[in-house]
Amino acid sequence: MSDSETSRQRRKWHERLRVTLWTLIVPPTAWAAHFLFSYLWAAISCAKTDSFAKFPVLFLAGTLMALIVILVSGWIAWHQERTPGDPPPHQDSTEIDRLRFLAKATLLLAGLSFVGVVFTALPVIFIGDCR
Amino acid sequence: MLLVGCNTHQSALAPFGVEARETYWLTWSLSAGAVLIALLVAVLAWRATHSSEGALNHKQGMQLVLWLGGVFPTVVLTGLLLFALPQMRPMAAASNDLTIRVEGEQFWWHVQYEDGTRTPLLAANEVRIPVGRTVVFDLTATDVIHSFWIPGLAGKMDMIPGRTNRLVVKAEKAGTYRGVCTEFCGLSHALMAFDVIAMEPDAFDAWLEAARRPVKAASRTTSGAKLFSDYGCNACHAVRGTEHDARIGPDLSRYGTRASLGAGTLEPTAENTAAFIRDADAFKPGARMPSYPSMPADHARAIAAWLKELK
Repeated sequence: MSDSETSRQRRKWHERLRVTLWTLIVPPTAWAAHFLFSYLWAAISCAKTDSFAKFPVLFLAGTLMALIVILVSGWIAWHQERTPGDPPPHQDSTEIDRLRFLAKATLLLAGLSFVGVVFTALPVIFIGDCR
Repeated sequence: MLLVGCNTHQSALAPFGVEARETYWLTWSLSAGAVLIALLVAVLAWRATHSSEGALNHKQGMQLVLWLGGVFPTVVLTGLLLFALPQMRPMAAASNDLTIRVEGEQFWWHVQYEDGTRTPLLAANEVRIPVGRTVVFDLTATDVIHSFWIPGLAGKMDMIPGRTNRLVVKAEKAGTYRGVCTEFCGLSHALMAFDVIAMEPDAFDAWLEAARRPVKAASRTTSGAKLFSDYGCNACHAVRGTEHDARIGPDLSRYGTRASLGAGTLEPTAENTAAFIRDADAFKPGARMPSYPSMPADHARAIAAWLKELK
């Protein structure tokens, strides 16, 4: 076993993950799913019970789940973004620049998606009315 | 052009109700905030273009983007959201609050006061509300979609055939105001308005009691009253206390106290009323009320004079 292989195995799991275009879309997808979930939850619970839930457990659980997915994606991206390299823009066609670009973009998208989910959840909590 | 909005009877910038007042202050706070941010951006832009070479560096720039482009807007927008959301919550109403049912029709308003178990009081094209009390508007329409908006009182609410939308309001200042239809509903959409009279609670109670009483017996036998029946006006219009109780057109009980004619279209003078009776379509294109071109002018005037007596 070579030294490099040993050091790769020693790396933590999140460092072994590679950000790709697929992982890049995880935060906005979580945001979109939460957005849809919010509308469906409000429509169905209002139609079924005719009044707004006093303590919307399912809604809060869904929101928490979306936030966790976004936070974990952001956290992994943040670690990978710290791979040593040149300052932005990461536009060279090298493996390291590609990684740092995707990681930075994922991190920024995670931040935006986090705020998006919070802004979607706040009206549900504050308005609390089926009308 | 801008001065058109500077009035006190029909303007969201001249609030007389709780919801409109909150929206008014929200509007001014947002405008003031927007001006401050625009000034800040102008200062930063000036600094960026006027700094000597080497005074700014890439790292500082990125920090600026992060804090002023990311964190600052997020904090401000979150603050605004938390400030505005409670205001969007519909006002609560108790089951014994006065309910006013308003139905939009091309191109007028059917108004019905429902207070407790008594027979509802019918009226048209005028809404009276007590100051300081919560009032519930149950809004619907009978033909096409209309929208009910009293700018100084609260936000607008659609009136949809087959559905009842609820708007809860509370007036804070007595006065005479104006409401309008804000959903295009046909040829005379722009002529579909109504008078709103916010009254002190005692005066309102007295008015509601008085309005329930039938019109004076003496005014039931004048020539105008007879012509009203002869020309078939009673086939559509009701006058409380008489045998006329049709609900097709606007209720004309106490027409003499109305602040306008034809749902906010004309001054309710006897001459205008007579002219409107003979040719409603000339004043309100598309109105359902038929014209009576063959009606002699003195007959129209007699009916108008009788209607003006109904107080």
